Amino acid sequence: MNVIAGARDLATRHLRESGIFIAFAALVILFAALNPNFLSANNLTNIILQYSYILILAIGMVMVIVAGQIDLSVGSVVALTGAVSAVVVIRMGMPWYVGVLAALVVGLLVGIWQGFWVAYVGIPGFIVSLAGMLLFRGLTYLVLDNVSLSPFGGTYYEIANGFLNGLLGGMGFDVFTLVIFGIAVAGYAVSQWRSRQGKIAYQQQVETLGLFVLKIVLVAAVVMWFGYQLSTYRGLPLVLIILAVLIIVYALVTQKSVFGRHIYAVGGNRHAAELSGVKVRRINFWVFVNMGVLASVAGIVYSSRMNAAQPGAGNMFELDAIAACFIGGASTTGGIGRVGGAMIGGLIMAVMSNGMQLMGVPQSMQQVVKGLVLLLAVAFDIWNKKRAASAR
Amino acid sequence: MSTILEMRSITKEFPGVKALSGVDLDVGEQEIHAICGENGAGKSTLMKVLSGVYPHGSYDGEIVFEGETVRFGSINDSEDQGIVIIHQELALVPYLSVAENIFLGNEKRGPLGLIDWNDANHRAAELLERVGLHENPMTPVQQLGVGKQQLIEIAKALSKKVRLLILDEPTAALNDTDSAHLLDLLRALRDEGITCIIISHKLNEIADIADRTTIIRDGETIETIDMSEPDSTQDRIIRGMVGRDLENRYPHRTPEIGEEVLRIENWSVDHPTQAGRQVISDASFNVRAGEVVGIAGLMGAGRTELAMSVFGHSYGRNIRGTVYKDGRAVQVRDVSEAIRHKIAYATEDRKRYGLNLLDDIRHNISSAGLRQLAPGGWVNANEELKVAEEYRESLNVKTPHVLANVGKLSGGNQQKVVLSKWLYTDPDVLILDEPTRGIDVGAKYEIYTIINKMVAAGKAVIVISSELPELLGICDRVYTLAFGRITGELPVAEATQERLMELMTLERDQPLPTKESIS
Repeated sequence: MNVIAGARDLATRHLRESGIFIAFAALVILFAALNPNFLSANNLTNIILQYSYILILAIGMVMVIVAGQIDLSVGSVVALTGAVSAVVVIRMGMPWYVGVLAALVVGLLVGIWQGFWVAYVGIPGFIVSLAGMLLFRGLTYLVLDNVSLSPFGGTYYEIANGFLNGLLGGMGFDVFTLVIFGIAVAGYAVSQWRSRQGKIAYQQQVETLGLFVLKIVLVAAVVMWFGYQLSTYRGLPLVLIILAVLIIVYALVTQKSVFGRHIYAVGGNRHAAELSGVKVRRINFWVFVNMGVLASVAGIVYSSRMNAAQPGAGNMFELDAIAACFIGGASTTGGIGRVGGAMIGGLIMAVMSNGMQLMGVPQSMQQVVKGLVLLLAVAFDIWNKKRAASAR
Repeated sequence: MSTILEMRSITKEFPGVKALSGVDLDVGEQEIHAICGENGAGKSTLMKVLSGVYPHGSYDGEIVFEGETVRFGSINDSEDQGIVIIHQELALVPYLSVAENIFLGNEKRGPLGLIDWNDANHRAAELLERVGLHENPMTPVQQLGVGKQQLIEIAKALSKKVRLLILDEPTAALNDTDSAHLLDLLRALRDEGITCIIISHKLNEIADIADRTTIIRDGETIETIDMSEPDSTQDRIIRGMVGRDLENRYPHRTPEIGEEVLRIENWSVDHPTQAGRQVISDASFNVRAGEVVGIAGLMGAGRTELAMSVFGHSYGRNIRGTVYKDGRAVQVRDVSEAIRHKIAYATEDRKRYGLNLLDDIRHNISSAGLRQLAPGGWVNANEELKVAEEYRESLNVKTPHVLANVGKLSGGNQQKVVLSKWLYTDPDVLILDEPTRGIDVGAKYEIYTIINKMVAAGKAVIVISSELPELLGICDRVYTLAFGRITGELPVAEATQERLMELMTLERDQPLPTKESIS
């Protein structure tokens, strides 16, 4: 099998996953063609800063959805955790890390609260989080006394607006940023190589060496190009580091850990999971606790980026996060979905919003387009499933 | 006898698979025609071609119905001609009433487009009378048992002026009484002029009811047997289905029985929602290493409830009694504790309780023993694949790859995946609940062989089954269960179907026979 045939075989077998990558690439190319500024260093940095909190929410959300639940409260939790942190930092004058800690604790408590009702009382997540949506929004107003609090300033502000740069000097671009990206690419290549060697040791089929190298080179080229763009602007955004760490950790947890596999088992068939020794209630509980904590991380990032806590913050974030998961191939009935897919789904939403903003498309039209994309993405998914079923 | 249906050299191909190659089927007017074949032989595909699920043009060949060549584009077309198919998985809406279900999709509307429910209920009552079901047509379907639901499906077919009724495994989920009633009904319908095609794995049933039997193997018609001929034996049907002689339906085993592995004493379980209703009363039984013990009971006797309550209190509440594992009293309060004590339970309902149908074979096999693959909490994916491949090979799961979706396998192969999953937990005791339900003859033999291998490896096996010949064929000892009580215990040498049936039907208030009177 030569390289091209191998690639085609890989793509057709993984149409479900590759379809979303192709759609994403097509979108990027489309907007780049329509607007030269789209791929500028400034704008790429902007996309990351602007949508990081949605992506963070989507990480937790995809786990909730895979478990067969849904969480509508995350937008309100973003507001509440930001508000608590603002009260601690701005009103009480405590250091930034106390604010961060307070927000995380609130997120944890929210998660425990919702997890308790879902897992141990047996109320569907839809209802619990619908109640939570109102509850936490109301608490946000109470905590903030109906007014916005600003500015955070200082280190707290840097969380979502700061950059790592200049540590190794610059030559028209930031060397440090490029070094970090280089390390990341090398790490990726090494882990892929080790996984390939592992498969060979177990006598499994692997892609040809040529295809493997091609894949690594392609990924490395795209990533390094992206890194170079960032380095010519302001360097490495702190948020990107937070995001990257979260994605890697959660991709590993969902795909490789027993806990992650149990989430899929519960979402795929709750009864079968129970009879296989999976503690279904415990899984549901921790999935919601995790969602609460990740929502608080998003709350910290969002309040930092806004440099303020507003009572109405995070409105409709839950819908963006949920849409990201479904565009990324998660199943509405649970059991199917991946962190990577949700990230691409989130990026598709981000790129569309950003691209249309650059082109001056009015807000109303943007909403129409986003709605249609969500619908078509799920329609594609269903068509694809039917195709797979009839191909037996 | 004139012919009502003729299917001539039907060929149906899926990408890469030829499901049917030149199948011929002749069905006579007013006959009950059985179709036999192993799972995957092409029976369901043939029926889907006939009923228009696969529309004309997607297959080759010709269908002649009542003397005319027909070309169905959808199920509606075939139903218009009077061909109605009743699928194995019943298609009733649980929350709707009997009458609403009967006329669902076929509602008779009045001048304003509204339904006259008095008229509908009246007509439903007439149809129920015809199928011999004495229920109020306004009863929600979920309150009725499977046997009655099956009759409602037939009533639904009758409401459509059915000429040819196709039943796919109609008695698979029914107990003996309900099955007998259903078969009587089919005979009565035949005498009224309705032709039936019945797909079944129960050969004694076919011998009992069919006028003719067509055998399909690997997408081809093998032969059509007139069941009134003297040599139309079950053995001949089996030979046709599997393409070879099965010297014996049960593989031979020389029992080597060791120490007691599991003993349950004075086990009582209450119904999970109805307070005070005892489902299992004071049951005691045991199983030894290398022994196959059967639990015989009619549907509703509490077989599954007994097994599941032992398996980590998965059923019921207010559970009393003691579990002894290797002679020591142990606690099995949840499933993971049961697995730790090396007890395994393979459910009777694979699709609902046994498998994650969304996932692949590999993940299903590892799902109960995942901890072994993940010493530090992280799953070794390569080892997992290797384990799955090993079980695929040793249990002969027929699949191109263990990464294939488990939902696409046939019943027999799904059951092998369930057994693989439990074997991977390395149990000492396996409780197998209806291990061969809905599985064809060839695969049944394979499952029995697997059971023999398990006990040969020193494991203890408990088999719950409603098929008495099966229990007599594979067990060393049989307990009978009736109304939640263990009513008897017989070594297989002393057990007969009649004796077992007597004990299985012992009423709640009848005294238990003493040990002496049993043997």
